[in-house]
Amino acid sequence: MKKFIHDFVVTRNHHITDDYFAIYLKCPVSLPGILPGQFAEVLVSNSTTTYLRRPFSIYDADYEKNELSLLIKKVGDGTAALSKLIEGDVLNLVYPLGNSFSMPSGKKALLVGGGVGIAPMLMLAKLLHSKGYKPDVLIGGRTADDIIEPEKYEPYGKVFITTDDGSAGEKGMVTQHSLFAEDIKTYSAIYACGPDPMMKAVGRIAATHDIPCEISLENTMACGIGACLCCVVETIEGNKTTCMEGPVFDTRMLK
Amino acid sequence: MPELSVNVHKLLLKNPVMSASGTFGYGPEFDDFIDVNRLGGILTKACTSKNRDGNRYPRMAETPSGMLNSVGLQNKGVDYFINTIYPKIEHYNTHIIVNVSDSTVEGYMEVAEKLNSLEKVTGIELNISCPNVKEGGMAFGTSCPMAASVTKSVRSVYDKTMIVKLSPNVTNIAEIAKAVEDEGADSVSVINTLLGMAIDAEKRKPVLSTITGGLSGPAIKPIALRMVWQVSKAVNIPVIGLGGISNATDAIEFLLAGATAIQVGTANFVDPQVCIKIIDGIEAYCTRHGIKDVKELIGALEC
Repeated sequence: MKKFIHDFVVTRNHHITDDYFAIYLKCPVSLPGILPGQFAEVLVSNSTTTYLRRPFSIYDADYEKNELSLLIKKVGDGTAALSKLIEGDVLNLVYPLGNSFSMPSGKKALLVGGGVGIAPMLMLAKLLHSKGYKPDVLIGGRTADDIIEPEKYEPYGKVFITTDDGSAGEKGMVTQHSLFAEDIKTYSAIYACGPDPMMKAVGRIAATHDIPCEISLENTMACGIGACLCCVVETIEGNKTTCMEGPVFDTRMLK
Repeated sequence: MPELSVNVHKLLLKNPVMSASGTFGYGPEFDDFIDVNRLGGILTKACTSKNRDGNRYPRMAETPSGMLNSVGLQNKGVDYFINTIYPKIEHYNTHIIVNVSDSTVEGYMEVAEKLNSLEKVTGIELNISCPNVKEGGMAFGTSCPMAASVTKSVRSVYDKTMIVKLSPNVTNIAEIAKAVEDEGADSVSVINTLLGMAIDAEKRKPVLSTITGGLSGPAIKPIALRMVWQVSKAVNIPVIGLGGISNATDAIEFLLAGATAIQVGTANFVDPQVCIKIIDGIEAYCTRHGIKDVKELIGALEC
């Protein structure tokens, strides 16, 4: 897929909670096709301590409005600077980067997102729904404040929630949700994105039941285009770049 | 239109701007963003005699105005380069210079000898300065006898332009430069990364899997500029300057300090179009200052 570098214009910076925000960005040309799981390398020009671009999953693409959006959690200086952007500000993106998820062999698929890791699951849920699959979306977080815009997924599938403290949905980690009990065998694919331990746990359960499982990695990277080889992940076929050969990997490929 | 071409030994570069090894892949990685043919040259990712997996992740740490890396020369070896990569890049209408590294002198010689017959590879850059490998690399570049020895050995098997990339992790870089010049280096690249370190205070652990790594980016530019100035006064061969160059003004500064050509490295990660902006910016600078030939700027620093 061809990659682009464009100056986008901020149309809205939606502060969802104190920690999470979604930036809506208008493309200066016709928005190229974007696949679920792909990401953008964002130039954070309003932070003096942020030198390299920051990779973010593309949250949604709206071809009618010619917009894409990024769901971001405030973590450090770069994300704090991005949270301050307002309508009319310009943001330079290198995009769309990386691969995408593969389609399930059967009807039912389980999408699991932890915290801000839910970001790539919205476009995936939409795509699966549009192709006649039945996605269930399981959103996990530490508290109810980490469950970001669950209503967005409702048009495309059933939504389930877990929180570590029980402040929303079932109490416990995503892998302790009742979906992972008996029903798990009814899914023909599991997709996950979130903290590493969560993705590993989901991958283990999927392997136990012989269900194909794809996860989206968040390795730190510099270039995003396969030049620096900083973001590698160890696979059974040797080192692979998260930016070009990922960020989506079949868990059976990973060491 | 000012004349932008420069000569590095036998290589006539259409302009002084080249991509630095390890920051530009082999060229095609940037095809979506720029016309790679406009560059003065491409310095490829390091090529070694055998496949190297490189170091474990994490290999990168962002630092103030720069970054540390410990990639560790990941590449699939010289035979893979010749059979699989070269056919995909030989169409470029610019100089392809392969960065050559290894853990033994024999390994350097094997790679250089195999590359000698590739028509479109018009030169090699001997990497005796990689700080991220246990054996070889920087070990060759931090002592005069070792640097001289590997240069002499590779010279005996390689006919075309041979550039030697120097390590800044030395007490006197000019002495190393003279040592490789004496053994037949046609040019020197100054500088490779500086050995550095990053620590995660919360975890009380190093950020990089290798603990230390190579520092690059604007943070090292003043050091690189000083070393280019020192080396260019000490040797008679052309000096290629690099280290933190991010815009045309940086590039001009390196030319004034004595560099005949420059390489752009880490800045490619921040702006994949930066090399073209630097070429255009050098031309604009020349026009603005009434300079007819960019060569007038080489070593033109007025002290």
